[in-house]
This record gives sequence, structure tokens and C-alpha cells, in this order.
Amino acid sequence: MKPENPPGTPYKRSDFEEGKILYTEDSLELWYRWSLGKYLGKYLEGLKEGRILGRYCRGCGRIYVPPREVCQYCFRETDEWVEVGDTGIVNTAVVSYIQADRSRMDKPLIIAVIELEGATEGMGILHRLGEVDPEDVINRKIFGKRVKAVWKPEEERTGSVNDILYFKPIEEV
Amino acid sequence: MRMNIHLKNRVACVGAGMTLFRRRLYETPDELMWLAAKKALDDAGLTIRDIDCIVYGTAPDNFDGIHMQSEALADGGGALNKPYTRVYVGGGTGVFSAIAGWWHVASGLCRRVLVIAEEKMSHVQPHPQYVFHHIFDPVTEKPLGVNLIWIFALEMHRYMYKYNIKKEDIALVSVKNKRNALDHPAAQLGMKITVEDVLNSEVLVWPVQRLDISPISDGAVALVFTDEENAKQLTDEPIWIDGVGWSLDTMYWTNRDLAFPTYLYYAGKMAYKMAGIHNPRKEIDFAEVYDPFDYKELHHMEGLQLAKKGEAPILTREGVTERDGDLPINPSGGLLGVGNPIAAAGLMKVAEVYWQLKGEAGKRQVKKDVVTGLAQAWGDLMQVGTVIIMRR
Repeated sequence: MKPENPPGTPYKRSDFEEGKILYTEDSLELWYRWSLGKYLGKYLEGLKEGRILGRYCRGCGRIYVPPREVCQYCFRETDEWVEVGDTGIVNTAVVSYIQADRSRMDKPLIIAVIELEGATEGMGILHRLGEVDPEDVINRKIFGKRVKAVWKPEEERTGSVNDILYFKPIEEV
Repeated sequence: MRMNIHLKNRVACVGAGMTLFRRRLYETPDELMWLAAKKALDDAGLTIRDIDCIVYGTAPDNFDGIHMQSEALADGGGALNKPYTRVYVGGGTGVFSAIAGWWHVASGLCRRVLVIAEEKMSHVQPHPQYVFHHIFDPVTEKPLGVNLIWIFALEMHRYMYKYNIKKEDIALVSVKNKRNALDHPAAQLGMKITVEDVLNSEVLVWPVQRLDISPISDGAVALVFTDEENAKQLTDEPIWIDGVGWSLDTMYWTNRDLAFPTYLYYAGKMAYKMAGIHNPRKEIDFAEVYDPFDYKELHHMEGLQLAKKGEAPILTREGVTERDGDLPINPSGGLLGVGNPIAAAGLMKVAEVYWQLKGEAGKRQVKKDVVTGLAQAWGDLMQVGTVIIMRR
């Protein structure tokens, strides 16, 4: 039977602590400052003003959110800025119990893809849901429901996707 | 898509080898490369002097923390004074490295190619999952604290919603693949579990639970490819690579159809066209589809047209995808069972197709007589499909 005698030397995490495994340590500390470009820059400026901006392509009629320079279908520059609604439909949603480093969260977080009203169908954005019972996510009742952005107070906004605190349902779930 | 399917050389696989897949292996990445390469060369009856060029695949540099991982590992890959290429398409890299090896030979550029894929994830502390935080857009997504399991859970839940799929049916994939892996000598997570075990395992991001998901792994796999003339000198039973395909969807994954893997539909179409396959469900005898999560096996069967949309869970429930079924899927045990050292896991799938077509899979050998097999992987920001079709 192939593979025959696959080589390799397994070890356990505890082998470190017990000194059975030799190792060396190092960490990468890198700091980045991303210039936003003309499109995402304006998107964030819009968020600071409490508006969600998209880009319209005259070639195919699509409205892109987040906005971008090139229409991927037509491969031409998009034409106009459009303000879309801060309401939308839940395309999909999940309940997260873990953080990005796999550690457990104190309190579960609801994450969703929201198709914004005013953008082309299927153009969703990633964000949080709030004021939602996790059970309604688990049983998928929240899918297809209308939600609306809950914004940070204007003076606290910084020009970030986090200027929206979360989206909350505006119809019965 | 227009494509030249009249190639200079028909390409054959003539050897394969791999290391153990484990959560932690003591060997360095370079040492793992060497172990897998030596196994594959021995299997082909060749030495490094017979090899014209090397193709190497690995996923993000951040696993190793050395930002020129390709060159750092050239020794173990046998690359001294040879043309050496690293390819990278995230999780799709394993199959893509085989595709790159294929085009080196198909084009006539090289006669014999050594393809190696290696991944050592265990270096990263406290958990390798954090590396994936850095594949997302730093403006629109990272500030939300995104992790990779979120987006898989979002996709899985959309798929369940659209076709009204039960978690119990998805869990069957994990049960099958972990059981298949019991017969794989390199497997990390071969085990007998039940649907209840999956449903009772730790919830990470609902609907994704601990046993829905493949493990963190270290490991390496290598294959040897050569042209038709040379293959016939080396063996009476070369395994031919008759189709390759790959395709990229948008980076804006929240703009995509999350219930159907469009990236794979196009990659599959390309490979089928090259291999002269018109009805994949009838003409593909078995497949190693990419299964980092149990639902992904189902998703990918549909993207490859091996099942109709929403039909893969039904085929699974009916036993069609078991090793003794009509369309065995992941007879190796897949990523869920054998393990998921990312790039190496994809190339393991190509190796499994090779061993199955040679009739060398022993206890894993699928019951039906097989002539045509397919291996597939998926990667980048859920956006690339890579496909290879092999025949005996």
C-alpha cells in the first residue's frame, strides 16, 4: 500500500515544556501604513459622514460596493459615485465564538453579509449584526430580512468600516 | 475561453512520495522537502541528476516567518543549479504546483520535473489561524476582526439556506473522510466518529464546529512528471495528466454567489475540455475534491458538475461517494482525515489519484475499476479553483 512508510518525526506541545525539543524563537513586528487610493479613500470619507458610497458602471449598469476603479466585468473605469442606502437584506449570517487568533470570545458575535439596497443585487458587504437573538441566526430566520445600519455618534467617527456599529433588523424576524 | 489543447508533449506522472502529516513534525521545512523528494524519486527509480527542473509550492510565507521561503528551501528541493519555480495560489497551491509541473513538460521546456509541495504550520504561536487574518483587505475587512472561519461559516450557512441542507447531511462528509483516513499510512486524523460526534463538537463559528474542519498540519508531498517517450521507458503503467484547469474569481468575496463555487466551475470546464470530457458525472470515475471543511466537499462536487446544484448532500447520504460507491469522493480521507498542511494537502490529492489509478492504494483502493480520476484544490481569498485530470 502506498505511501509506504511515510517518514517524519511527530512531537507534542508538551515536549517544548519538558525540554525534549530544541527550538528558537523570534517574532515579526511589521508596521504598515496603507494609502487608501481614490476609491476606498472616498468610501471611508463617506462613512465618516454617515453615507455609504458605491461606484456605477455605465457599461453594464452595476453599482459596486465597496467602490472601485475598475468594473471587473467590463474591464473599464467605473463612471460615477452613487450613494446607496444604509439599509439592506441579510444574505447570510453566522455566530462567532472565536477571535482571529482562535481564542474564545467572551460573548458571541453575529457576523453577516448584507446586500445593501441601492447596490446591484448580490453586492454584499461584511459587517456585524446587533439586536438579534443568536437563535434566529442558527435557525436562519434572519436570512432575507431587512436591516439598517446603526452608526457611531458623528463626533466619534474616524473614517472606518467601524463607523457603523452594526446592522439591526427593521422588520420582524 | 479559447485554449490550445494541442500540446507538444503528453505528460505522465511516474512517481510519488510523501511524509507523515502531523500537527507537529520536528523536521524543518527543508528537511521535509528532502524526505518527500527522496521518496518520489525512489518511487520513479530516478535520482536528482535525472531531473531537469523543480517546481515548488507552499502557502503564505508567514507560516515559516521567512519572507523568501522559496529560496530558503532550495537545498531540500534538490534545486542546485537548476531552473526552480515557486507557485502560489493560497490553498489552491498544491494542485497548482502540479499544474505548473505539467506545463514545464507539456511545453517541451523540460523533460523531467520534480514537483514538491510543503507546509509547516506548527511554527506559528499561539495558533497558525492568526496568519489568515492577514489575507483580508486592510481597509474594508480587517478592522472588523475577520478570521478565515467566519467566511467559511458564512458560505456554508448560505449554501444550507439556499438548498435547505441539514447539518446532519454535511457531517456525513466528515464521518466518511475520517474513516477513509484510517487506511492512509500518513494520516493525522483517521478515526471512527459518528454524525452525533460532529454535532456535539465545539462550536467555533456556527454552523462550523470543531469536527467540520480540517486540522493544522505539517507535511510534504512530491511527484515526478515526465514526457511520453521517457515515461514509456521508465514504466509499463504511466499515469497520464490529460487535463488541467484553473480560474480566479473576484477578491471581493462578499459580492459573489456564496452558494455555488463559480471559480471552480470555470476551472473544471477548462480541464474537461482539455481531457475531452463531456459528461463529468459519467466520465470521472472518482475524485479527490478539496475538503478543508465538510461542506466544501459538497460545494466542490457541484462546482465540478459531479453533482447538480444542491444534490451533493443527497448523493452523500445515499452512499454514492463512499469508496465502494458509484462515485467515490476523497478515498484518501481528504484534508479532514489525512490532514491539511496546506500546499502539501493539495498535492497529496494528486498523489492519491496517481496511487488509485496505479491500483497501489491497498486498503484504500476504491472498489470499482477506475480509469479517470480528478484532483482539485481551492484557495486565495476563497477565489481560485485548480483542477487536474489523470488517466491510466
